[in-house]
Amino acid sequence: MKKQSPIVGIIFWSLVSVLTLFPIYWLFVISVKPAVQLFSTPELILSDPYWGNYAKVWGDRLLRSYMLNSVIISTGNAVICTVLGFFACYALSRFNMSGKESIFFWTITNRMAPPAVFLLPLFLLMTQVYSVGEWRLLDTRIGMILVYCTFNLPFAIWTLRPTVDGIPKELDEAAFVDGASAWQVITKIVFPLCRPGLAVTLILTWVFAWNEYLLAATLTNFNARTLTTGLSEYVTTTGTEWGVMATISVFTLIPALIVFGLVQKHIVAGLTFGAVKG
Amino acid sequence: MQSKRLGWILLAPTLVILFFFGVLPFIYVVYVSFHSWNPFAVNPEMVFNGADNFRKIVFDAAFLNSVGVTVMFVFFAVLSELILGYFLAQAFMRDFPGKAIFRTIHTLPLIMAPIIVGSVWKLMTTPSIGIIPHYLDEWFGITMNIGTSATAAFATIVLMDIWHWTPLVTLTLIAALVSLPSDPFEQAQIDGAGKRQMFWHITLPMIAPAVVATVFIRLMDALRTVDEVWMLTGGGPGSATRFVGVHIFKEVFPKTNYGYGSTISVIVLYLTIVSCWLLYVTMLAPRSKKG
Repeated sequence: MKKQSPIVGIIFWSLVSVLTLFPIYWLFVISVKPAVQLFSTPELILSDPYWGNYAKVWGDRLLRSYMLNSVIISTGNAVICTVLGFFACYALSRFNMSGKESIFFWTITNRMAPPAVFLLPLFLLMTQVYSVGEWRLLDTRIGMILVYCTFNLPFAIWTLRPTVDGIPKELDEAAFVDGASAWQVITKIVFPLCRPGLAVTLILTWVFAWNEYLLAATLTNFNARTLTTGLSEYVTTTGTEWGVMATISVFTLIPALIVFGLVQKHIVAGLTFGAVKG
Repeated sequence: MQSKRLGWILLAPTLVILFFFGVLPFIYVVYVSFHSWNPFAVNPEMVFNGADNFRKIVFDAAFLNSVGVTVMFVFFAVLSELILGYFLAQAFMRDFPGKAIFRTIHTLPLIMAPIIVGSVWKLMTTPSIGIIPHYLDEWFGITMNIGTSATAAFATIVLMDIWHWTPLVTLTLIAALVSLPSDPFEQAQIDGAGKRQMFWHITLPMIAPAVVATVFIRLMDALRTVDEVWMLTGGGPGSATRFVGVHIFKEVFPKTNYGYGSTISVIVLYLTIVSCWLLYVTMLAPRSKKG
């Protein structure tokens, strides 16, 4: 292959990066503009930032509790999905169960459902069926953690399957010969070996749960509301407070950014969705 | 082989959760799809009407139109993402200064919430306040109005999807390209194969599973897209961006036509499962078994 000068690469990638970053930059620009200025002529370069929206969002106790809910729900959901997904993959990979490939495909069909119509049955189930006395699953953190499993658990199973399949069965068998129990083999041998795949699954399910909007908007009303639903509270009949919305968006983006940055290098290795061996 | 019982025990939590939060709601939706029901009307009774809803759907121009729009959207968006993603992935295979930083920047759109992506693109493209129509007009004299022009709205949604999801395609294809063995390429070079021949006869067949897997994920998610489109255009103007997900949403919420909305969902889910299953069985499953 031809040897290219590094300058070409840098110029090319700088252009791509500008295009990629522009909408994110624009989000920030909107967040530091007072409401009046929004409707004046748009200007590319930011001048005289206004931090009022940030003060408003930071000072909002409600939004802080939404942030806490978001953290608890997405972390809880990501951990549950990754661990249960790992167990499921181990079962699908190591045991000769009848119909296991059908079960494997069936799990992903749960992710395909068009969300709008499933909101009502979930709402009814969580208010009338999944309740004990006064306590209902609706508008609870644990309820949202479980609901998010419908799209994240299948995803976890599909991302982890090639990783678990890639661990040689001979390792399990050798450990059994040495007298290890099944539980020890799973937790002490296979689990640590799957670490890169587990990290990617954990992060991606976390991001999906963190960003979910429609289910959270319908199935919570006060106690378990998440940050994304906070956004829609600024779309009112008298007009949308775009500046505040953009500020909340920035607040929503930052934690996802940090979490994603931590595992950048694992992402490529784990994101093969069953297609690549290795 | 270990005892099968342990396998079922390990699988049980997954099956239980998916049963209570996936299967039960689905059964309910199927049940409702055989009824005419408007839960928010004065007379909120569910009336059984047999297969009427299913008969109606076959001749429902609005629904068929939304399927057509969705297929067009998936075609244009996924094809562009594949081509663009492939070239970017190839570009990342070379070494150049600052590669890690550029790769991080390139993956940023992935972590943004669809509802936020929809809002930002709305702010950038709304006539009079958006920066894109403003400069298109000032620099090139082009008028872009996503509120009235069907083409502009559709193109904006496709562009937004490309911006949001090309990074995922790039990452998947990087993973595929990294794992390619180098021998066939060296051999082909010795035999005097050109770049184009190497692409069609070596690279493409070898990364085909990754390409199919990417199409599979994108197809699945594009068919149920609601948040972004709802935020940006609300399905309009007219029905230009009324994808099936949005169509169902409109049928269920503003029109509160719950029974018929359920029927559409069942049909859409069925079509999604069939197309994904065909893709899976013909392209993905045999390869993973072989390898």
